[in-house]
Amino acid sequence: MKRSSIVKLAGLVAYVAFIVVSLWLGYSPGEEIARNFASFSLDMLKIIPGAFILIGLFDVWVKKETVEKHLGEGSGIRGYVWVVLLAGATVGGLYVAFPVAYSMYSKGAKLSVIFTYIGAAAVCRIPMTIFEASFLGISFSVIRLAVSLTLVIISAMLFGNYLKKRNYKINDGSG
Amino acid sequence: MPTLQSDKMFYYLYIIAGLALLVSFFANRGKTLKALKIAARRFVNILPAFLVMLILISVVLFLIPDEMISRYLGTGNKAFGVILAAVLGSVTLMPGFVAFPLSGILLQKGVAYTVIATFTTTLMMVGVITYPIEKAYFGVKVTILRNAVGLLIALCVAVVIGIFFGEIF
Repeated sequence: MKRSSIVKLAGLVAYVAFIVVSLWLGYSPGEEIARNFASFSLDMLKIIPGAFILIGLFDVWVKKETVEKHLGEGSGIRGYVWVVLLAGATVGGLYVAFPVAYSMYSKGAKLSVIFTYIGAAAVCRIPMTIFEASFLGISFSVIRLAVSLTLVIISAMLFGNYLKKRNYKINDGSG
Repeated sequence: MPTLQSDKMFYYLYIIAGLALLVSFFANRGKTLKALKIAARRFVNILPAFLVMLILISVVLFLIPDEMISRYLGTGNKAFGVILAAVLGSVTLMPGFVAFPLSGILLQKGVAYTVIATFTTTLMMVGVITYPIEKAYFGVKVTILRNAVGLLIALCVAVVIGIFFGEIF
């Protein structure tokens, strides 16, 4: 067993013990932490099965050549447009975007397009943006979206070019 | 009680996933089974990181409840507000349907658009809590770099918002 996994295991045991004892003795901070944990786990469980089923289907049905053509090297501007649209439709948050990004990567999407997807999934999810505009005004949302998306794409291009030269690889999540 | 998605948006995810699964099943059972296996494997791979994230968020939300964010951002000067907003936005995880109503209240309390933009944009782009998951896919260096760039982008957004609403210059 690696040292880092021993530390992680010890942390997990301590956390579980703290929660169990808190619930048992009625220690309110521990109870609140347990409630937070339960509510967020539940929320994620609502989204994750659907997201991973789509990831699995994408993996078996979508050909590598198709992804390479539309999102890979030489896809040009189109690749960026596609992933921004995909990001707009992404539910949940970054925790869903990361496994999706890995799927695109394993099918041959280029790095700058992948980083654009991640950044865009953070800043331009459509339902979120509509909600934002209703509380902070349309001009706020439009400026926020325009500035952040532009900078996301520019930084993703720089990131992609830099990492490509360094033979960077995205892992499957088990690392 | 904070939750992750802004409303019932996840329904459409299941309509799409369900239809896709159905079509796939009639087209090719073997492939569909394989897809489900891949889905399960990918999920199991990332499960430990998810667990770490859930533990982190349960503790962070206890330490930094919404009322505290509202109280701290609602006072003090703009520069300090921006720094505080950047820190709070980076270390917490909050769904839009909690963050934006909160921002609306802050706005009514007289908090600057600049501060609110910093808070909401760092909330979207910088994820200290999602670090375990991001690291598992992208590695430590790229994760830190991407989040640092996200912070810079959020500050740029705040400056442009501030200029537009006449709060800066």
